[in-house]
Amino acid sequence: MISQALFRALDRKAIWLVGILVALAILVPAANLLIPVGQPGHVPTYVVTLFGKYLSYAMLALALDLVWGYCGILSLGHGAFFALGGYAMGMYLMRQIGDRGVYANPELPDFMVFLNWQELPWYWQGFDNFWFACLMVVLVPGLLAFVFGFLAFRSRVTGVYLSIITQAMTFALLLAFFRNDMGFGGNNGLTDFKEILGVPVQAATTRGALFAATALALALSVLVCSGIVNSKLGKVMIAARDAESRTRFLGYRVEYVKLFAFTVSAVIAGIAGALYVPQVGIINPGEFDPANSIEVVIWTAVGGRGTIVGPIIGAILVHMGKSYFTSALPELWLFALGALFVLVTLFLPKGIVGLLGQYRAARARPERSGNQRDAGVDPQPEPAE
Amino acid sequence: MTDKTGTMLYLDGVSVAFDGFRAINKLSLIVQPAEMLAIIGPNGAGKTTMMDIITGKTRPDDGEVLFDGRTDLTKLDEAAIANLGIGRKFQKPTVFESQTVWNNLEMALRKPRGIFRTLFYTPSAEDIARIEEILDIVRLSGRKDELAANLSHGQKQWLEIGMLLAQDPKLLLVDEPVAGMTDSETVETAKLLKNIALTRSVVVVEHDMSFVRDLGSRVTCLAEGSVLAEGTLDQVSANPLVIERYLGR
Repeated sequence: MISQALFRALDRKAIWLVGILVALAILVPAANLLIPVGQPGHVPTYVVTLFGKYLSYAMLALALDLVWGYCGILSLGHGAFFALGGYAMGMYLMRQIGDRGVYANPELPDFMVFLNWQELPWYWQGFDNFWFACLMVVLVPGLLAFVFGFLAFRSRVTGVYLSIITQAMTFALLLAFFRNDMGFGGNNGLTDFKEILGVPVQAATTRGALFAATALALALSVLVCSGIVNSKLGKVMIAARDAESRTRFLGYRVEYVKLFAFTVSAVIAGIAGALYVPQVGIINPGEFDPANSIEVVIWTAVGGRGTIVGPIIGAILVHMGKSYFTSALPELWLFALGALFVLVTLFLPKGIVGLLGQYRAARARPERSGNQRDAGVDPQPEPAE
Repeated sequence: MTDKTGTMLYLDGVSVAFDGFRAINKLSLIVQPAEMLAIIGPNGAGKTTMMDIITGKTRPDDGEVLFDGRTDLTKLDEAAIANLGIGRKFQKPTVFESQTVWNNLEMALRKPRGIFRTLFYTPSAEDIARIEEILDIVRLSGRKDELAANLSHGQKQWLEIGMLLAQDPKLLLVDEPVAGMTDSETVETAKLLKNIALTRSVVVVEHDMSFVRDLGSRVTCLAEGSVLAEGTLDQVSANPLVIERYLGR
């Protein structure tokens, strides 16, 4: 059964995407480590890390797209799951510092010593173990999404109301993590990491390995998401997005369909966050900022929601634009981002991928262009009854 | 009222009010197994509200709604009621427009509705044959790979009837099935529904009198949320109350 589902997931686009990501996972670190500096083809370490970060953003955008593009749940709080995964990884990295901190306390992270704490709080127990931390990376965002989603979807909270409460969720977490006595480092967050699995976090080899891990994790997420959306459940997700109440009358429990997608999506977002933190070297409550979650929506919209490749392209392109703008015209970046969102919403409801699809369709059958609609996203689905 | 056991649908003294307006007022109705019932009545008579109550969309304030003589429908939600074997076709055809005709039917096909069963579902040869058979019945075989959005209004109606067939319900609630159909399509639809009613219970709400005549079934006229008259179409349309309140003249 599962192998059949996997087989179905491997449609041609997904195969290409997974192939490209696996190739990148091998070639980019190799070009960084094996080709000497100054030789053509060498990729500088900062570029490896920069794109590793972009790929973790791409994973977050893909996670959002699973719920927004396919299930119609516009989550404005997906950054929260990303940040929680990041914090779980950050806690592991903090524990690896050991007695090399400023206060040289072998048991407590610096910020706890600073706060005069005597012992490690219970919820920090176990985080010195990498695999326990990995489990938490999956479990904490997944569980939060499950409980939150169960309550929200069962009460049939939909549309803009759901968006608002997801936003409230991430805002509440932002405020909570800002507090010093939460035990997560307050507004400084967790930083000054030294080692991961016994190797220095800053080393070029580690950077390369993290890039490869992120690319592979993204490839795996592509497989999982395309497996889901190409299954019958994926069709039911789209049905629930377009005509929720009609789907109920077919006998599907829409609340559980949404809950499944929301939980899977939160887990992917959490893993993305865990891969992000060692690459950027810090996690702080700023990651819970509602504005971050809204930005994820923009990446997804720009790339093309309701497609697998769209959010990945969107996240990477918007960040490349951001890197350019914030160095060339830093004061204009937010205006550019806002304008981009407005333009995409008005003129490109299916994003860049939709534009390419339209272009291809128009070339393939010029006489019929325009009166066929593509499967997947209908930008203006007619509400049922 | 009469005995509940052995009935397919049993409504007794059902009332529901929206903001003080009584949409359904002490409505009582019985549908037997493998029986067709046509419901007529003026706009606002409560026809759609009655269907909402049966399918779990609206909770009645009062009264008894039983399916198959024993299951209390007022305690269940839409999905549970659909899975019991009650299928509904809406007044405005609601098919899943952004998906193909085939996928619309595949989703409707009677199969386990659980999340993981749906995720790992692979159509069996039997399922494929059944979908092809339904496509044939509703005459959409040639358009099975097209998006439902590209169908004509009448074809959407037929697709929705096809989805009902795929659900394999015991009771079909069909709201204005021939709205927007040509005359010949209307005649075909009547044939199709009569054929379905040989083995299942069918409740049809319709305004088109010639269509109701084609159905040749028992007729109930609703007005202001309760039953105004019952009988054959000739009996009902000869009823002075029905002429005054609905048919006019």
